[in-house]
Amino acid sequence: MNLHAIRAIYRFEMARTGRTLMQSIASPVLSTSLYFIVFGAAIGSRMGAVDGVDYGAFIIPGLIMLTLLTESISNASFGIYLPKWSGTIYELLSAPVSWIEVVVGYVGAAASKSVILGLLILITARFFVAYEIAHPLWMIGFLVLTAATFSLFGFIIGIWADGFEKLQVIPLMIVTPLTFLGGSFYSISMLPPFWQKVALINPVVYLVNGFRWSFYGVSDVNAALSFSMTLAFLVVCLGVVWWIFRTGYRLRQ
Amino acid sequence: MDPIITITNLDKTYKSGFSALRNINLEIRRGEIFALLGPNGAGKTTLISTICGIVNPTAGRVLADGHDIVRDYRASRSKIGLVPQELHTDAFETVWATLNFSRGLFGKPSDPALLERILRDLSLWDKRDAKIMTLSGGMKRRVMIAKALSHEPSILFLDEPTAGVDVELRRDMWAMVRGLRERGVTIILTTHYIEEAEEMADRIGVISKGEIILVEEKTRLMRQLGKKQLTLQLQSPLAAIPPELAGEPLELSADGNELVYTFDTQSERTGIAGLLRRLAEHGIDFKDLHSSESSLEDIFVSLVSTRA
Repeated sequence: MNLHAIRAIYRFEMARTGRTLMQSIASPVLSTSLYFIVFGAAIGSRMGAVDGVDYGAFIIPGLIMLTLLTESISNASFGIYLPKWSGTIYELLSAPVSWIEVVVGYVGAAASKSVILGLLILITARFFVAYEIAHPLWMIGFLVLTAATFSLFGFIIGIWADGFEKLQVIPLMIVTPLTFLGGSFYSISMLPPFWQKVALINPVVYLVNGFRWSFYGVSDVNAALSFSMTLAFLVVCLGVVWWIFRTGYRLRQ
Repeated sequence: MDPIITITNLDKTYKSGFSALRNINLEIRRGEIFALLGPNGAGKTTLISTICGIVNPTAGRVLADGHDIVRDYRASRSKIGLVPQELHTDAFETVWATLNFSRGLFGKPSDPALLERILRDLSLWDKRDAKIMTLSGGMKRRVMIAKALSHEPSILFLDEPTAGVDVELRRDMWAMVRGLRERGVTIILTTHYIEEAEEMADRIGVISKGEIILVEEKTRLMRQLGKKQLTLQLQSPLAAIPPELAGEPLELSADGNELVYTFDTQSERTGIAGLLRRLAEHGIDFKDLHSSESSLEDIFVSLVSTRA
């Protein structure tokens, strides 16, 4: 294991975040704050409690999840796409590193960034609404697992993409709609029976509900199922990355 | 001498079906400067990229310092430094940060003293805190060399190191390459500038259409393939070569003032003495003479064109 390489990649990626602090940290925190102002403080006071949880507090896990998914994907995909685009990837390809070191470095940095972001949003939320965290360890567990899984997913997108617009396609066209429809702002039980069934196909429902369960102990689906499904997706992504490095797909000719 | 790189039956066919390398067999000796010459698209960069791990070989085997580049890639790659042809740099990074990144990536613990020495050798020390995007093209080229040297490789690949580089930097680079060789680093460079190979290389390989068509000691290559020309400046211009001398390899310049005699340096007798005697017999006097050897460039052009 080339630990120096992991450290070098991780530090390089974190330094990139440092340089783009406004874009990578400040703007997601700002936009989430706006959600809280509109849905929490302004409209929330006119809405009834959902599953016994105040509406402003109810949307916190969903909002964090929304940011976590989009930011993990965009950070990680950009991180590996950029050297591909600029040509500096030659160094990574000629270095004595295996796919494991590359993934731990790039995905680790993207996931770290997302976790920091998630915690920042949690702190920001405190200024607008009161909330409690029933299962703090599970909360951290969900946060880290989701950040890692979707950073890995983003890493795959970054390798697959051969243009800047392709980087945006999946987050914009698939992940954001799934997140909005995944119960970030409502409980699945509020939907008509037919649409409740349809909603259960949406993987983000499990992520949001598992995360919400760690806060308030309420969930539309089983929290253990949520956790195992996320874990399963992580394993699938790992398999894809392993295959990419084995075949050199879009990396080595 | 034992080879530091051994290439056996190496083939590379790209997905498009383009066969970039065909049955390459080549040994690079430890500590030498090896120049790989060839026209554009001959396969120089593909060959280097394959050895460095950027391109997957289709068939064949490469050993770098005894390590198989596919099976034992960690060991082989940590011995190799690569300076690619294109200027690929991280625009927003500082010189110092990018050097530390490279060293770490190749699995070496940080060593600020070594990096300082490398930067000073390349006249980059004053620029260590500058962002790479603010540097000139020549400076960026130096940064890429510094990155390649940051993990103390024993084999250094320089792909067209002096393409688009001014004369001063070219001289600096040649001096640097010689310095590295003195420290025991094996250097493989590709170049378009024959002058460069002539100046630097111990041995020369010529690649054309994916095949190595020649590998030879530079001096022997020039001796073997080299032709010498003797140019005589005539006292008075000639209208034509006298018919008695028609059998000789002689050429008359357009203005009739110069007579050029071409001979092979390899042959036992150059025939110069006989020629001069016969010229005197025909009353052709000359006021000056000089001889010249053909350059590597002439040799190269004739080699590639005869195969085309």
